[in-house]
Amino acid sequence: MTQTSENATARTGTGSRFTFWLGVAVIAGAVALVVLGFFAAPADDEQRDAVRMIFVHVPSALLTYVAFSMTAVGSLMWIWKRSLWWDITAHAAAEIGVIFCALTLFTGSVWGRPTWNTYWDWGDVRLVTTLILFLIMIGYLSIRASGGDEEATSTRAAVVGLVAAVNLPIVNRSVEWWFDRTLHQKSSLTDGNLEDMTLFTLVVGIAVWAAFFLWAMIHRFRIAWLERELRVGDLDEAIIERRAEALHDESPVL
Amino acid sequence: MTHLGYLIVGWGVSLAAGAAYAARLITRGRRLAARVPTDRRRWMTAKDAS
Amino acid sequence: MLRDVRLVALKDLRIEWRSRVTLSQIVPFAALVLVLFGFALDANRPVLETATSGLFWITVMFVATMAVQRSTAVEINDGARRALLLAGIEPIAVFLGKTVAIAAQLLVVQVLLVAGVIVLYGASVGQWVLLLATCVVATVGIAAAGSLLGALVAGVRARETVLPILLLPILAPVLIGATRAFDDALGSVAVDGWAWLGLLAGFGAINLVLGALAYGVLLEET
Repeated sequence: MTQTSENATARTGTGSRFTFWLGVAVIAGAVALVVLGFFAAPADDEQRDAVRMIFVHVPSALLTYVAFSMTAVGSLMWIWKRSLWWDITAHAAAEIGVIFCALTLFTGSVWGRPTWNTYWDWGDVRLVTTLILFLIMIGYLSIRASGGDEEATSTRAAVVGLVAAVNLPIVNRSVEWWFDRTLHQKSSLTDGNLEDMTLFTLVVGIAVWAAFFLWAMIHRFRIAWLERELRVGDLDEAIIERRAEALHDESPVL
Repeated sequence: MTHLGYLIVGWGVSLAAGAAYAARLITRGRRLAARVPTDRRRWMTAKDAS
Repeated sequence: MLRDVRLVALKDLRIEWRSRVTLSQIVPFAALVLVLFGFALDANRPVLETATSGLFWITVMFVATMAVQRSTAVEINDGARRALLLAGIEPIAVFLGKTVAIAAQLLVVQVLLVAGVIVLYGASVGQWVLLLATCVVATVGIAAAGSLLGALVAGVRARETVLPILLLPILAPVLIGATRAFDDALGSVAVDGWAWLGLLAGFGAINLVLGALAYGVLLEET
């Protein structure tokens, strides 16, 4: 409708009107989450106020696995259907997933110190599995950043994505057997032990993180798209230049 | 409030990392968009083109 | 197809035999790592004895990255990858052949390593069958994942550094499983080594299938 204002924002970057308002909602949601998490939600009987870490830890963990699942699906779709859209989605999700995964591991250890009395527990299956997945996905990003032929890089990255997805269950199983014990709560969402207000805040937290994930995905997708356009564009120009040179060189002979 | 130090570190780092990554995405997008001709920024030009 | 597998495997092994890289560099490297672990743990016999299985398999992991680097380098020079495809050998046969060649070299190194830990760390083998089975089954998994990722990094500029980053985390279950199975075989920890052998077999099977499916895509498109 108001095309002029939309173009004015659009031309300056990867944003659009939708991402602008989504971003505003994420900021507002984050403020609300801080208020809810620190003041509205009650302290836990056992963990006291340390339980408030749940509102950043669980949503980031959840979105990490959503992101990496998208990378796995995208990898498959690239190999199977040559879908450029899925290829870029896989890349964008991997980058955001690695950041979320780092935050999950970080908030997990900060939370673990007061509640389990240790930053890191080797016997915890989810913790160790997530760390290994994190390391594999770092490898995925380094393949993505390795340069060279565009399509070959996408194919290589897609195979890494599939290798990660296929091996994850066995990584999980090996860690599980390795230490036959676990400190993690089974699943905070489903066991019904959470107070109403805690549960509500957790749902808000997941919504805020999911909105941020969507916002980041859209921007990261467009950045990847622009990078691709830039490389393809440069290539086209180079070919035109080269052709002009060649014609120029030949003309005296003719 | 108990464990305030841990909470501030955990929440603070999460929020700061999110904000920093968001800022980086925006600046990166702007820098790239400036270098790509308008007619190749597909999602931005779809409306103008039609 | 079996003929092609043998052809590719023998080609790689012949190259290795003629260049003597495995013998003159990889084996001494493995021995060196064993000695360095001895220094790092202050030649403390009880500590070395409990850590033997882990140190053994860590050494194998390092050796595996070197062997995969070699196996990849052989194909990159002179466009040998293209030539293999042009020769009409199926990608699956190339994958299996290179896997066999890597596995064979790893097994040779492991024989020497077993002798090494017995002599240097004072390890005593309680169950030879379990020990040998662990070596073979774990090696199949390592070689399968290794030759797949080796083909994956073949065209990457920084492949020497990228390969370990990709390969070592994928091999984490092998390190855990083979170490536990060795603990049982050496009698250092009371665990069910045969159950761990099952996990190693699962890892091997998964990565063999994955490699067989994905190798062609990599060979033709990168």
